[in-house]
Amino acid sequence: MSRRSAIGLATIATLALAWYLATMPLELISPTRFPSPLDVWLALQQVALKGYANGLLYQHILHSLNLVVLGFLVAAGTGVPLGLLMGWSARAEALINPVFLLIRPIPPLAWIPLAILWLGLGDAAKIMVIWFAAFVPSVINSHAGVRSIEPAVIEAARMLGTPRSRFVREILVPAAAPMIFTGLRLSLQASWTTLVAAELVGAFYGLGRILNVAQTDLYPGMIFVGMACVAIFGWATTRVLAAIETRSLSWTQIAEALP
Amino acid sequence: MNALRLQTLSRPQTAALGAIGLLSFLGVWSVLSLSGIVPHQFLPAPHEVAARFFQLLFAPFAGATLQEHLASSALRFAYGFVLGAVVGIPLGLLMGWFRVLDEIVSPAFDALRFIAPIAWVPFAALWFGTGIGGPILIIFAGSFPPCLINAYRGARFVPRPLIEAAQMLGTGNLRIIVEVLLPASTASIVAGLRVSAGLGWQSLIGAELIVASTGVGFMMVQAQLAASTPTVMSAMVAIGLVGLAIDVALRALEAAVRRRRLA
Repeated sequence: MSRRSAIGLATIATLALAWYLATMPLELISPTRFPSPLDVWLALQQVALKGYANGLLYQHILHSLNLVVLGFLVAAGTGVPLGLLMGWSARAEALINPVFLLIRPIPPLAWIPLAILWLGLGDAAKIMVIWFAAFVPSVINSHAGVRSIEPAVIEAARMLGTPRSRFVREILVPAAAPMIFTGLRLSLQASWTTLVAAELVGAFYGLGRILNVAQTDLYPGMIFVGMACVAIFGWATTRVLAAIETRSLSWTQIAEALP
Repeated sequence: MNALRLQTLSRPQTAALGAIGLLSFLGVWSVLSLSGIVPHQFLPAPHEVAARFFQLLFAPFAGATLQEHLASSALRFAYGFVLGAVVGIPLGLLMGWFRVLDEIVSPAFDALRFIAPIAWVPFAALWFGTGIGGPILIIFAGSFPPCLINAYRGARFVPRPLIEAAQMLGTGNLRIIVEVLLPASTASIVAGLRVSAGLGWQSLIGAELIVASTGVGFMMVQAQLAASTPTVMSAMVAIGLVGLAIDVALRALEAAVRRRRLA
């Protein structure tokens, strides 16, 4: 084990011990303010086995996960092509950019009330908000990815008379791919933040719903469980995306490994 | 212009296309609204939103006029943002200099970073109430990480010769941090401030939507409950404008820092 991970483990162990000591034997922190490890365990048992806020833990998790993935896919599926188009065509960029600049300063979370007005508290409103939130980073980074392609590569392709469809498939997308993935990572983060916020504002199921009910019930143990789930699944989806990135960009590492 | 482009556009062409884009955006919006394809209650026309915006500057909604709500949001934002910078930047620099501190703080920091700032809302309300303390914690949760990360990266990427020269001259730790690391990583820190201002402002709006009794986010929730779409949209415009103003100010700071470095 490296020195770094040893110190890291030691820190986390110390924090866990301090948490236990401060909340249980020493009672430095009132249980109404911050839960003890036991409170968290009981809350976890309750939500996992008996259910809380309209459902069992796995139902809440699946519900939130499903919405994040759907919203993210809709946003990436529209944002990346639009970004590529704006990077490729000067006309498209000139046409779309002003509208984009007009909408961009509005923070994604500010769309939540409008989404509720339009679509209610159900899933459609959540997907709309995630779409707006995750759309912008995808567009910006795909655009930047196209603009960063070496002009020599493009000129070579053009000189060899590469047909347009092949050019897009074999040069444009691969060359912009690292930047596209940077954008997708930011989009994924934005998806989670917006979903949790939207569920906190109003929802029937989901991790944000757990947080919301636990807040009204003044139930610190359950708040902790909700936050931990948000962090764990946020992390897990990021790992999945990173794995997809490594697989699809394997050629960049091969290129780096070459002498 | 990039050689990628098949054609490069002249300035008037770009402006004309931009105007066409904007006008068709507003045009489609107006047509959808005025023709009744989308119920008027849900989608007021652009000029109606503009009228409502000016009306809100004089007639109070949810207890205050628009600029009063904005002022109370901006105050919260300022507190949270300054707190994030004041804690994040020194901690980042220290972590960049003292290896042990980096190794101790990083695991906990990485774990906490995956919690979306907005998920702090229940604890923020429980610990600090819904007045000003609770929202400040949430803005802090949004704006602190980029400050720390950029100060840390800035400090780690300071050219070795600079540090070695200082060390050879017998400079102490504190002076190295203040007089070598801080100036050398200013550009990175200011870039971090821009990111953290954006995240902080957005977290504030989220916090105000959920727990607050003043502020522009609170105003939006009240407008949503009253089913007043023009008010919701006016608030969105106001939020966008303030966010833009914050970004322009920090961009000016960034440019000023760059000029000083070149001079």
